[in-house]
Amino acid sequence: MSGKTVSLFIQCLVDTMFPETGEAMITVFDRLGIPYDYPMGQTCCGQPAFNSGYRRDAAAAAKHFIELFEEAEVIVCPSGSCVYMVRHHYPELFADDPSMHSRALAIGAKTFEFTQYLVDELGIIDVGAEFPGSVTYHDSCHLSRGLGIADQPRTLLKNVRGLELIEMKDSDTCCGFGGTFSVNYPEISIAMADEKIDNILDTKADAVTGCDISCLMNILGRISRRGEDVRVLHIAQILAGGIGNKGE
Amino acid sequence: MTSQYRVDAQKGIGSPRLQASLHSLQDRFGKGAMALWAGMEDKDMRKRVKKSRMKNFEHLDILLAELAQNVRARGGNVYFAKTAQDAIGYTLEVARKNGVKRVVKGKSMLSMEIAIDPALEDAGIEVVETDLGEYIIQLAGDKPSHIIAPCIHMNRRQIGELFAEKLGVDYTDDPPALTLAARKALREKLLSADMGLTGCNLACAETGHISLVSNEGNIRMATTMPQVHVALMGMERIVATLEEHRETVQLLTRAAALQKLSTYVSFLGGPSSANDPDGPKEFHLVIIDNGRSKILADPEFREVLACIRCGACLNICPVYGRIGGHAYNSPYCGPIGAVITPLLDGINKHADLCKGETLCGACKDICPVQIDLPRMLAALRHKLAYGSDRWNTRQHNPAEAYAFTLWRLLVTRSFLYRTFLKIGRFFQRPFVHKNKMIRKMAGIGSGWTDGRDLPPIAKRTFTELWSQKYNKDLAAQPAVTEEEI
Repeated sequence: MSGKTVSLFIQCLVDTMFPETGEAMITVFDRLGIPYDYPMGQTCCGQPAFNSGYRRDAAAAAKHFIELFEEAEVIVCPSGSCVYMVRHHYPELFADDPSMHSRALAIGAKTFEFTQYLVDELGIIDVGAEFPGSVTYHDSCHLSRGLGIADQPRTLLKNVRGLELIEMKDSDTCCGFGGTFSVNYPEISIAMADEKIDNILDTKADAVTGCDISCLMNILGRISRRGEDVRVLHIAQILAGGIGNKGE
Repeated sequence: MTSQYRVDAQKGIGSPRLQASLHSLQDRFGKGAMALWAGMEDKDMRKRVKKSRMKNFEHLDILLAELAQNVRARGGNVYFAKTAQDAIGYTLEVARKNGVKRVVKGKSMLSMEIAIDPALEDAGIEVVETDLGEYIIQLAGDKPSHIIAPCIHMNRRQIGELFAEKLGVDYTDDPPALTLAARKALREKLLSADMGLTGCNLACAETGHISLVSNEGNIRMATTMPQVHVALMGMERIVATLEEHRETVQLLTRAAALQKLSTYVSFLGGPSSANDPDGPKEFHLVIIDNGRSKILADPEFREVLACIRCGACLNICPVYGRIGGHAYNSPYCGPIGAVITPLLDGINKHADLCKGETLCGACKDICPVQIDLPRMLAALRHKLAYGSDRWNTRQHNPAEAYAFTLWRLLVTRSFLYRTFLKIGRFFQRPFVHKNKMIRKMAGIGSGWTDGRDLPPIAKRTFTELWSQKYNKDLAAQPAVTEEEI
């Protein structure tokens, strides 16, 4: 196992609304004996601004992030889209600034999504978790299409004792979140979320999980409004043994 | 104020008929194309064709000159139209000289882009679409809602009623019977037309021909029966060699209809001659710019010209799959329409198309030539965010820009950011419902809470939990703490 100390990159939504996801990640790392730290001063990676076109503002957030994490050995985040932002969009943002560009590339090269880090970097496929119940997995877009991560979370889930993984129809179809899209075009966003939720319900799984809290927040928000009886859990919560669940 | 895009999107979402059609379309053609790509033996083909498309743009002028020379050598006419109006003017002049009273059309998106039909009709010329889907749309006085399947929003019952009313046949919703009725009506038009007007799927510079793919045979009739054939070609639809043509057509028909090759591929390049007696007396190729040069000149958007209009991105896009094609209010709908329409017709005017997607990336995956549409959507939003002289674009939403300026102040100063969260946590209290979720917010937040609940800011953020619970060894930490930043 790598002796590297993981710098926790806690996505802003996890920090503010779903801290239990961050705690679950810590539980998993503790169980596996992976050292970690948490650079204070984290805010937001800048993705909302970038996706809305505000690149100057996104670049300011990126610079803040790069300065904060520059000394980290390895950076791990419980969110595929934030990792995609750091890896792919940070270098774009500094295309005209060679020094910042190379710093962005260096940060990107050591930034990993949680399941990707466990499986691909550390070669861990069983985290020793237990979860009684059936689970269906949502492939978030930037994670699956952008980073090519689809097998890693499934591998980890399949090795959770007591867990039955049931695939939903169109697991890799967008849930309709899309950042500011979700509030600017709510009718489309909700129609997409409904499609996703119908596919989740068809599996009759006890819970839906994924590696991106933003998508899960969208799914949870709509499930809660519709009054459906299915739990929404970040994969870290399942891998931690299912503690601290929201949406129950 | 709710934009027209949102209003029309809501209409599409609210139509069970459209939803059923879109589901079956995407389940069949979207998944089918992805399966084709996954199973393709020649894994590099898409990359290769994309590369050739992009390479040809490097010397597009030379290729177009070669094409024109070869078409002219065979007795065809070539006209370079800078604008839609130029193309219409030229075509009208050809029609006038030949005393044209009836035009039969092959399916052409470009003909809609330049709006040539109304111009012909104003000149007293009857225009008849011969592609079955487009014919149905024309009879209904409707607009196409898919690049390849224009009447995907209609079902067979509606088409049966339409034919009963417009063609005077007995009502039936049996597709073969309906197709026969259309065939009978269209044959009469095809046999008596004075001009065929088509698009151009691809033009080959080396051989000086254009090619058109179809599955109904209507294109072949429309281009050979009338005395005059006018083909409208977007200036980017060129391949250098016949070998490039072969591969590009193969990708086109696979992506569009899961076919290794369409039922008909027509190669056309000039009028009939003694050696080649089939075909029209006159052949005119109208090569149209209409805004494409401007796209070509911008490295950020040039890639979109590689599009071969297969429509595959519509067959996978989860936004198109919910709202249908009419909401885009453009001949080009779906993801490709969301990029090309603003570039051709105004970024401000079509701001909703730039912003109304989730950037999920499915369109890029399915695209036969792997065009990065999400990247260009983000680039279009960048123009809207700050304005762009090059694209004659003004800042779209000053309030939003201001909000992001404030956001920037917060996210680059963690003490302010943390304070802001604490204030938010205090003021959210009255809004937290007994299910521990926020159910109602005002202003922009209502976009979320009108249909969804929102988890509140946690009692303790992760950062607070870390300081209080997990950071057991504060002394060992670097000297920088949150308060000092």
